[in-house]
Amino acid sequence: MVEKTFTITSADGVHARPATVLVQNAGKYESDINLHYKEKSVNLKSIMGIMSLGIPANAEVKITAEGSDEQEAIDHLETTMKNESLGE
Amino acid sequence: MTQLQGIAASSGIAIAKVYRLEAPDLSFDKKKVENPEQEISRLQEALEISKTELEKIKAHTKKSLGDEHAEIFSAHLLVLSDPELIQPIEDKIKNDNVNAEAALSETANMFIDMFKNMDNEYMRERAADINDVTKRVMAHLLGVTFPDPALINEEVVIVADDLTPSDTAQLNKQFVKGFTTDIGGRTSHSAIMARSLEIPAVVGTKEITSKAGKDIMIIVDGINGDVIVDPSEEQISTYQQKQEDFEKQKQEWAKLKDEPTLTSEGEHVELVANIGTPEDVEGVLNNGGEGVGLYRTEFLYMGKSQLPTEEEQFEAYSSVLKQMGEQPVVVRTLDIGGDKELSYLDLPEEMNPFLGYRAIRLCLERDDIFRVQLRALLRASVHGNLKIMFPMIATLDEFRQAKAILEEERANLKSEGYDIADGIEIGMMVEIPATAVIARQFAKEVDFFSIGTNDLIQYTMAADRMNERVSYLYQPYNPAILNLINNVIEAAHAEGKWAGMCGEMAGDEIAIPILLGLGLDEFSMSATSILPARTQIKDLSKKELAAYKDEILSMGTAEEVVAFIKEKTQMK
Repeated sequence: MVEKTFTITSADGVHARPATVLVQNAGKYESDINLHYKEKSVNLKSIMGIMSLGIPANAEVKITAEGSDEQEAIDHLETTMKNESLGE
Repeated sequence: MTQLQGIAASSGIAIAKVYRLEAPDLSFDKKKVENPEQEISRLQEALEISKTELEKIKAHTKKSLGDEHAEIFSAHLLVLSDPELIQPIEDKIKNDNVNAEAALSETANMFIDMFKNMDNEYMRERAADINDVTKRVMAHLLGVTFPDPALINEEVVIVADDLTPSDTAQLNKQFVKGFTTDIGGRTSHSAIMARSLEIPAVVGTKEITSKAGKDIMIIVDGINGDVIVDPSEEQISTYQQKQEDFEKQKQEWAKLKDEPTLTSEGEHVELVANIGTPEDVEGVLNNGGEGVGLYRTEFLYMGKSQLPTEEEQFEAYSSVLKQMGEQPVVVRTLDIGGDKELSYLDLPEEMNPFLGYRAIRLCLERDDIFRVQLRALLRASVHGNLKIMFPMIATLDEFRQAKAILEEERANLKSEGYDIADGIEIGMMVEIPATAVIARQFAKEVDFFSIGTNDLIQYTMAADRMNERVSYLYQPYNPAILNLINNVIEAAHAEGKWAGMCGEMAGDEIAIPILLGLGLDEFSMSATSILPARTQIKDLSKKELAAYKDEILSMGTAEEVVAFIKEKTQMK
């Protein structure tokens, strides 16, 4: 399993548009991918899961991936976070 | 044959069969099933069809309204592929041996309730998204047609109780020949959208949905406001003729598209357009607009869960300015509050919203919101010919305060290293009679006036324009209104400033000769009114009309004014 921690830099937190792109990209991989925020953890392939967290600006989140393509998945999601100016 | 009279909202004639846009019946029975696998494949099938439809709607929206409006459908599509939603539905079918309809409805409702109960407005709105999307899937499970204005592929006239802005936005002009509704007025959202899409429309018929059944022929006359259900052969051919004449007339108008607006003696008058979004600019250019006289920025703030960011606004303003090139773009700062509320601002309900906490009154108190808009505008100013105006100014002090905040932000941006255009004109709307009365004092401090007649009339006549029982008091040609307008124009000219008008009156064929005579410099109207107005002005003599000024201003009633103008301009 691989994991990466991010700080949400977008002033609006994780809102609809970047959340959509994250979920779309997570869906491209075989691995199980989860996003952890506070004590909760949700499937990153689920738009409703992500939005249900209501993640605000400056929050710390962790993404974990486990499976055959876990490294590629987490690298891609890291790029997505940056490209969407969502977090770093 | 049934004939109804409504409000002509968008001109033109439509003749086609009825397409009823209404909520489908999605009731179902919960059933035990023998073969859960079969239910799961029914569910999969309904999901696939729904996805295909949403892809089409998304593509259509992207084309007609731009990426931003299409984004919502990307989120909808993801909901339909969401493992956290689909898996529990399939589990329910398998474990409880229930039909797909019951499993879908129960699972979706669980999520909808969960989102509805969150303490965040944004999340609560997501409940509506899930509801929309699952309804579509449900309709396919039940074999019921889910009405999608974007998917119509034959010529129709839409009949509905009302159309939401998103319904209207999805209309495909190729197939949707017109629409007619039970409710709404000339300035309601659907009417404004119809004019910018150039689809004939009659709104406010009160009872069209109870008269026009599916697939019956219907005629919508957006010129006179008539709707004829199940017309005779004879009526159809009469209206076909009328339609042809209208098209010919439009071609005549189109000839003037790239011509300047000149009076019969060759004096130039500025004809500009009212817009709500960057997408409306195309219509302005297609109709030969010489600029934008009113850019209503409210749409950036509406239908959202949070305030638009500075970047988002900067992009919208820059887009309009770039598209208009050197032509002027007058942007009205946020006019929200009162009847136009924003859920995320949590404004208290008011007894008299039109006389309440709105527009500049709200912006001066919530300067955190106001400053973001001003920054975005100032930054965008380098991309074109920007002019800024403040809405609902009542006192000189309000104008000074608003301008001071603008100057502060200009200084802030400069120290942050941004470029800002020089000489941006700063003006105000004249909607409140108090400002029209002492326009002379205001004219010393503003760069221009833009008279907002819809509000000026309702405030001067003390008649709520939403209240049908006092609608007879909505009198644009009342000499009281004309004297106020004249006061504003004279004040502006005395100080070497200009006076424009935005609002329905500026594009009205009776008002145009009066306003021309009073010396109005700029007329801002719906894009589709520009060419008819240019055609009309070509034959009007400003000199001659100016000579009638004193006579008109001393008349006693609106009727006298109308009769006089009709006679002098030989109008039918």
